[in-house]
Amino acid sequence: MSRDLILQAVISGLLMGLIYALVAVGLTLIFGLMEIVNFAHGEFLMLAMFTAFWFWALGGLDPMLSLPLVAILLAVAGILAHFGIIRRLLKAPMLAQVCGTFGLGVALRAGAQFLWTPDFRTITNPFIAGRVQIGPIFIGQPQLISGGICLLSFAALWWFVTRTETGLGLQATAQDRQAAAVIGIPTERMFALGWAIGLGCVGIAGTMLSTFYYIFPDVGTNFALLAFVAVALGGFGSILGSLLAGLLIGLVESLGGLLLDPSYKTLIVFGLYLTVVIFRPHGLFGRF
Amino acid sequence: MLEKARAERLWPRPPLWASALGAAAIALLIAYPFIFTTSFSHHLMILILLYALMAQSWNVVAGLSGQISLGQAIFFGIGAYSSTVLFAKYGITPWAGLMVGMLLSALAAVAIGVPTLRLRGHYFAIATLLIGSGVQIVFQRWDWVGAASGLYVPIERTSPLFYLQFHTSKVPYYYLVLGAVAIGYLVVWKLRRSRLGFRLQALRDEPDAAASLGIAIARHKVLAFMISAAMMSVAGTFYAQYVLVLDPERLFSAEISIIVLLMTVLGGSGTLWGPALGAAILVPLSEYSRIWFGGTGRTIDLILYGILILLVCMWRPSGILSLLEERIRRRAEMP
Repeated sequence: MSRDLILQAVISGLLMGLIYALVAVGLTLIFGLMEIVNFAHGEFLMLAMFTAFWFWALGGLDPMLSLPLVAILLAVAGILAHFGIIRRLLKAPMLAQVCGTFGLGVALRAGAQFLWTPDFRTITNPFIAGRVQIGPIFIGQPQLISGGICLLSFAALWWFVTRTETGLGLQATAQDRQAAAVIGIPTERMFALGWAIGLGCVGIAGTMLSTFYYIFPDVGTNFALLAFVAVALGGFGSILGSLLAGLLIGLVESLGGLLLDPSYKTLIVFGLYLTVVIFRPHGLFGRF
Repeated sequence: MLEKARAERLWPRPPLWASALGAAAIALLIAYPFIFTTSFSHHLMILILLYALMAQSWNVVAGLSGQISLGQAIFFGIGAYSSTVLFAKYGITPWAGLMVGMLLSALAAVAIGVPTLRLRGHYFAIATLLIGSGVQIVFQRWDWVGAASGLYVPIERTSPLFYLQFHTSKVPYYYLVLGAVAIGYLVVWKLRRSRLGFRLQALRDEPDAAASLGIAIARHKVLAFMISAAMMSVAGTFYAQYVLVLDPERLFSAEISIIVLLMTVLGGSGTLWGPALGAAILVPLSEYSRIWFGGTGRTIDLILYGILILLVCMWRPSGILSLLEERIRRRAEMP
């Protein structure tokens, strides 16, 4: 096994990890705010990918151009989901919350399959294509740019949450809902904002993913599983934690696939989750 | 103490008309294959009963001990594979395979449950979801059991009861599954009013209070998980003998784990009859939508499932059964 090959795997693993991380951060934000695990998260990613696909297929809009549109649409979907569904589930027992979001996911996935068939689709000839060579390693240009955009999104999210007043309100709501309400933070609006940002991130991740990945109704399932792992590893509610955990998962998956057997790479990640969750139930990095 | 608790009527004795209705329902279930004689009506009822058993298995671990398992398909698959591997490779009767499957499933439940059942809430749900997905990956790559292409149950035309396969009629399957469901529900009915059952419900509702009373939470939850796994395994064996082909893609699919959860929550989780009610609603919905909409029905039924369960969770988290119960109670209270 040459050093170049390992370096190659590390780089591509980290780039994929950035996407996992951006998907996971939406999940972790929502959980941190209202203690609800969105089991329909993968389906929203799928919807984002299909939205980008249809912008390209019907409107001739390249994913790089439709990126803001998809992110806004997904954010709107998040607000609608919050006011239409989640607000009611908040008062229900945990079982109903799990089943409710699961039910939403099942309906969305089956709906996509009904409308668009289970076929695999791809966006051909996107603006960003081909690969760049850096020394001995090759990096796909879509992956590279996606990774960059994911990092930028993280930086923006971090700035928003820690430096703006609204972001601080978001953090306060996550820490203590009642106390936040007492000092005049509109918690209900914060919840909706959390959903908007969370699914907006999914919109960005999905659009970038659509430039180099197959698009099909079941595509979200695996990403959602990995996002659950990332959220649990990073600690539910931690933004930085999910970034680090996403990178770690990408790395483990890619190196595991290279050194062991590619068909077992997901298993290795699941094993990682179980080990961490059993020995450190609050994740590797704690809350924000 | 327990005697006293039993003597106090925790459950109000059902009125006479309810008992009569129950007796009529049992008579109807026994006579069903002779009232509805088409092959499809038999098939429909076999599926309802099978899912009623599977949903009840999920209900034992989630409804009774409060742990949301999203990996019940593991035990369904283990049951199906145990009987079929033993039969196809060694010619051992599926009846023995049924027992082996229950044993292996219970052991798997221990292996999975001991480390993970300590996790609360979402962590356990996600862990079982991942383990379920992992087990499916393993079975799809495991050459000895046919890897991704699965296994066939060898056709045996002599002595159908011994080989547990019937090729001329579905009626024997119906009665076998009915028997399994009857035993399963009886076990759960007994369990719910046993020492173990009370403890499980106590630690579901108030884990900290239960622990401070000296109830070993972990051990009890593992026990409930084992019972649940064994029940699921029985359903798996019967399913394998019914369809005669094992497909790891289907047997271990997250879809099975999810459907049993949807059925139970729809009917009413934690209740005895909720899982059966959920199965009786969702199975016909799925089968008929497949008939009406043809090949695309497979997804229409899932759309309906998803929306239905979402609505129930939003407006009636305790399930449809509680709606009926409330009505009956209100009527009973009327002068």
